[in-house]
Amino acid sequence: MSNPSEMSGEPLAGNPLEEPVDSASTVSQTPSPIPVPVVARPESHETPEPAPRVHRIYRHKLPVRLAHWLNVLCLPILIMSGLQIFNAHPALYWGDRSDRDRPILSMRAMRTESGEVVGVTTVFGHAFETTGVLGLSHDSVRGFPAWATLPGGKWLAMGRQWHLFFAWLFVINGLIFGLYAILSRHLSRDLFPKWEGLRGIGQALKDHLLLRHPTGEKHYNVLQKIAYTGVVFGLGPLIVLTGLSMSPMIDAAFPGLLTLFGGRQSARTIHFLACFAFIGFVVIHLSQVVLTGLWNNLRSMLTGWYAVEESGATHGGQQAN
Amino acid sequence: MADNKRIDRRRFVIGALQAAGLFVLAGCDNLSRSDWFTSLLGKAEGVTRRAQRLLTPRRAMAKEFTEADLSPVFPPNGTDNPANPVYQALARNGFADWRLEVGGLVQHPAVFSLAELRDMPSRTQITRHDCVEGWSAIGKWTGIQLGELLARVQPLPSARYVVFYCADPDEDGQHYYESIDFEDAYHPQTILAYELNGKTLPIAHGAPVRLRVERQLGYKMAKYVMRIEVMESFASIAGGQGGYWEDQGYEWYAGI
Repeated sequence: MSNPSEMSGEPLAGNPLEEPVDSASTVSQTPSPIPVPVVARPESHETPEPAPRVHRIYRHKLPVRLAHWLNVLCLPILIMSGLQIFNAHPALYWGDRSDRDRPILSMRAMRTESGEVVGVTTVFGHAFETTGVLGLSHDSVRGFPAWATLPGGKWLAMGRQWHLFFAWLFVINGLIFGLYAILSRHLSRDLFPKWEGLRGIGQALKDHLLLRHPTGEKHYNVLQKIAYTGVVFGLGPLIVLTGLSMSPMIDAAFPGLLTLFGGRQSARTIHFLACFAFIGFVVIHLSQVVLTGLWNNLRSMLTGWYAVEESGATHGGQQAN
Repeated sequence: MADNKRIDRRRFVIGALQAAGLFVLAGCDNLSRSDWFTSLLGKAEGVTRRAQRLLTPRRAMAKEFTEADLSPVFPPNGTDNPANPVYQALARNGFADWRLEVGGLVQHPAVFSLAELRDMPSRTQITRHDCVEGWSAIGKWTGIQLGELLARVQPLPSARYVVFYCADPDEDGQHYYESIDFEDAYHPQTILAYELNGKTLPIAHGAPVRLRVERQLGYKMAKYVMRIEVMESFASIAGGQGGYWEDQGYEWYAGI
């Protein structure tokens, strides 16, 4: 896929549109080889400038797209079946064991003085009434509600079946993608944040928070780079390793894992937090996908082809990433 | 015009996504009830078992803790007092009349009393019990190594599994049972425990004898063991999946 003779660094100032990722992408002046007509500029919230010139670059290679869509399949299943498993004992602890009088977090149903049953979530000793969502939902005593779990009803055995099957798919996908990213230099070239980019992080954060998103950029911006690198090489391994730490067999083979995470119940707690970090990532990622041009982004992740504008296309995106 | 088209397209896709979401959720629950899909999901168990066995040395030991790590309360789970008249009679007599039958594919079938088991060399281990539900408790277990017991009855070459029949029936009268293979059966930490935390094993924890298989989840560790049978296959027992919970969809290999 990759052309070993291509440039590796940032595009040169003299020709900022030269796509360094793939030889097939140097199409700046020639029509896109795919049949989709080159239509209007990608969606944005800016006032349109007069007839911006748009062309398409081959942004996402096939391995990236495949890995991405496999994750789209795996993540919701893993999260929802994980919440099903959590519901079998809806409490979290720190350390090796779970002393039931000392949870960090617990979800329960309780009867109030007036005889009413309510859902109560307790975090670090602070109790919150969470009837309808946590602890008690649809007259059923359960941690997370039916709409958030797979299967919907209480069914630990089936939740485990889903979880452990798709965990394998997720791990194999992650290993292949991680290796691909390193070997093809996708990591060093496109994902890993560069020093110049990191210096512009303040501006980039500000622009994102003000919803002044760069659109139609050729490269990932610094926040994307941090997020993608962090998820693929940080959060992903973390959630897999904490998951494996819950296996008594793996603990026997690799006792260091539990030393690292501070015990099996700590590992379970970190696994749970990492799950919510994934949810947070997905929420932000999806909102960014919509805000920076849903169709352009979607097309590029389906076909690889991404529309960029020749000039004045971005604000907040001019810094090196 | 182009704008309208774009909005139509957007509406269509958003509507399609919503429909797909509902369809997927309903579909997942249907899939959970279909034979072909659950059997596909079940393939993961074999992969997990092979991978874990490959990565884990046969003799790799589960971590052993110190007295300071013991759980203040070790919560009993599942049956805490078998609704079985035979068992209740044995319990009233302090299990003096209880006999552990060890048979099946062995050269020398044998019967052991509790006193005889207690006279054999014992092993004490402070280990973490991991329930499939997610909680963990640390207890000190004392008992006889299963390997030691098997050495006395001499399994035949065709033997592959050690099956444990228990005293506790569920509401439908189905008795608890479990099975492990020889790799687990001969592991040094696989014991038939008759003491918890230095005291006679309480009824709630499986008196007079319960199994400990420290590298698997709690449901493998049968309580109230009455009979041990060495077998080539467990397919003929109850639901055929090798254990009470296995018959209800839990994995036979409970290493994770």
